[in-house]
Amino acid sequence: MRKVGIIGIGCTKVGEHWSTSLRDLFAEAALKALDDAGIEKIESLYVGNMLSAHAQQQEHLGALMADNIGIPGVQALKVEAACGSGGMAVHEGFKAVASGLVDFVMVGGVEKMTDISTPEVTTALMMAENREYSAFSGITFVGLNALCSRLYMETFEVKPEEMMAFPVNDHSNAANNPHAQYPFKITVERAIQSAMVADPIHLFECCGIGDGAAVAILCPLEIAKKLKSPVIEVSASTTATNILNLYERDDLLDFAATRRAVNQAYAMANIDKKEIDVLEVHDAFSIVGVLSLEALGFAERGMGARFAVEGKIALDGEIPTNTMGGLKARGHPIGATGVYQIVELAMQLRGEAGENQVEDAEVGLAQNVGGVDSTAIIHVLRRN
Amino acid sequence: MSVPRYWRETPYRYMLVGGKCSDCGKIYYPIKKVCRVCGSRDFDQVKLGDRGKLVTFTVIRSPPSGYEEYTPYVVGIVELDDDVRVISQIVDCDIEDVRTGMELEAAFRRASTDGDSGIVMYGTKFRPVIS
Repeated sequence: MRKVGIIGIGCTKVGEHWSTSLRDLFAEAALKALDDAGIEKIESLYVGNMLSAHAQQQEHLGALMADNIGIPGVQALKVEAACGSGGMAVHEGFKAVASGLVDFVMVGGVEKMTDISTPEVTTALMMAENREYSAFSGITFVGLNALCSRLYMETFEVKPEEMMAFPVNDHSNAANNPHAQYPFKITVERAIQSAMVADPIHLFECCGIGDGAAVAILCPLEIAKKLKSPVIEVSASTTATNILNLYERDDLLDFAATRRAVNQAYAMANIDKKEIDVLEVHDAFSIVGVLSLEALGFAERGMGARFAVEGKIALDGEIPTNTMGGLKARGHPIGATGVYQIVELAMQLRGEAGENQVEDAEVGLAQNVGGVDSTAIIHVLRRN
Repeated sequence: MSVPRYWRETPYRYMLVGGKCSDCGKIYYPIKKVCRVCGSRDFDQVKLGDRGKLVTFTVIRSPPSGYEEYTPYVVGIVELDDDVRVISQIVDCDIEDVRTGMELEAAFRRASTDGDSGIVMYGTKFRPVIS
C-alpha cells in the first residue's frame, strides 16, 4: 500500500447560493483545489452527496461533475453515506491512491439544501435511518439526536447550559473564518434562550441548512513531496458502521461506529490520541459533539459536556476542536461536510488558518458521521 | 409513501410483528435476515408484547411532511416487556405529563395521510397504561 498525500484544497463559502447550481457549486471548489495543487489532470473523481435525488432530482453525480469541469472520461462516481458522504468520498479516494491503481484523485463533497423547503429537508434527512420503521414514527433527524440528549442529561445530571459549550466554541472560531456560514460569536445565554426544535434540543444547538462544496486533491506521498511544501500526509483513513436505527441499540449513548473506526485509525497511523493537535468533530447537534469526544477517547463516559465546558476544546485548550467553526457555525452542507473537515485540518497543518492558527499543529484528526453514528469515517492527517 | 411499500410492511406495523432468532432467541424489530448475535438465518415471526416503559422521548415541533396535524407531538423509544425496543409516538396524554420511565401500552392509530387523495396510513402508537 502506498502512502497518500494532499496537494490541493478548495471550498466555497457555506450559505445560500441561490444563483449557483449543484454542478457549478462543485466546480467552484474543484477549480480552487486544482489551482491550489497546480495540476490539471486527475484520473478519478469521488463526489460525496446525500440529497441530490431529493433536492435536485439529480443522480449520476460523478459523470455530471467530471463533464462540467472539462474532464468527461475519468473514473467518477457519487459516494453516499448520509451525512458521512464527504468523509466517505475522501476514504474511497484514499483507497484508490493507496492501492496503486491511480495517482491523482479528486475527492469532494457538495450539497444544495436550499433548493427545497425546510419540511422537505426534514423529511429527506430521515433517509439516514430505516424509512419504514424509524421515519414512519414521525421522528425527525434532530428528534433522534434529542432522544440521546435527554437520556444523556438525565443519566449524567448535565444541565442544559453545559450542552452549549460546543456551539459557543464553534461560533467563536467561525467569527474568523471567511467561508463560515455563521461568522459571529454567540453566548451560552443566547443559546439557552433559542427556541426548542425537538425538546430538549434548542435551535442554537443545531446546525443550519446551507449549501456548500469542498474538494481536495490526493496523490502518492512521494509525488506530493515534489510538488508541495509542507506536505500533508493522510496517515489514516478508516470507516465503520453501527446498527442503523438508534432505537435498536442497547446503549444509546455509545458511538460504537466512531469508537471502532478511531481505534483502527490510531493503529493505522501508529499514534496515540495524545499526539492529536487539532480535532474536527461532527457536531451536527451539541449532543453529537459531546458523545463524539467520549467515543474518540478524549473524555470519559458522561464527561464530554464538562470537558467542553472546562474550555478544553478551545483554540488554546488541551485539544483545539472545530477550529474553523464546526458543523454549527462553519456549516453542514450534508455531503460536503466531511471534505470541509479535511480542508480545514489541512489549513491548520499548513499554517494557513489565520487568526485561528493553532501553533505547531502537526497532527489532525477528523471524525465524520452518517446518521446518529450509524457510519463513522475517521481521517488522520500529518504534516510531513 | 408508495402503495407497494406501505402494503409490504403492514403486518409488521399493524400488529407489531417482529422476528425471534430460532437459535439464540434474540428478538428483533424489524425482522432481520441474519442474527447479529449468533449468525443464524433462521427466524420465527413473533407478535411483540404490547406493554413497555418509556426509555427516552422528545417533542417534535418541526415536523416532516404528512405529520403537520399532530404537531407538536411526542416520539419516544419504548422498551417492551419482552426486551425489544420500538420507536413510537406517545399519545393520549398532555405533552407536559410525559416522563421517562412511564408505563405504556400499544394502540392502533392513524399515522399519516398521503395528501388529499392518497392512502391513509395506520400503525402502532403507545399511550399511558389505562389501569
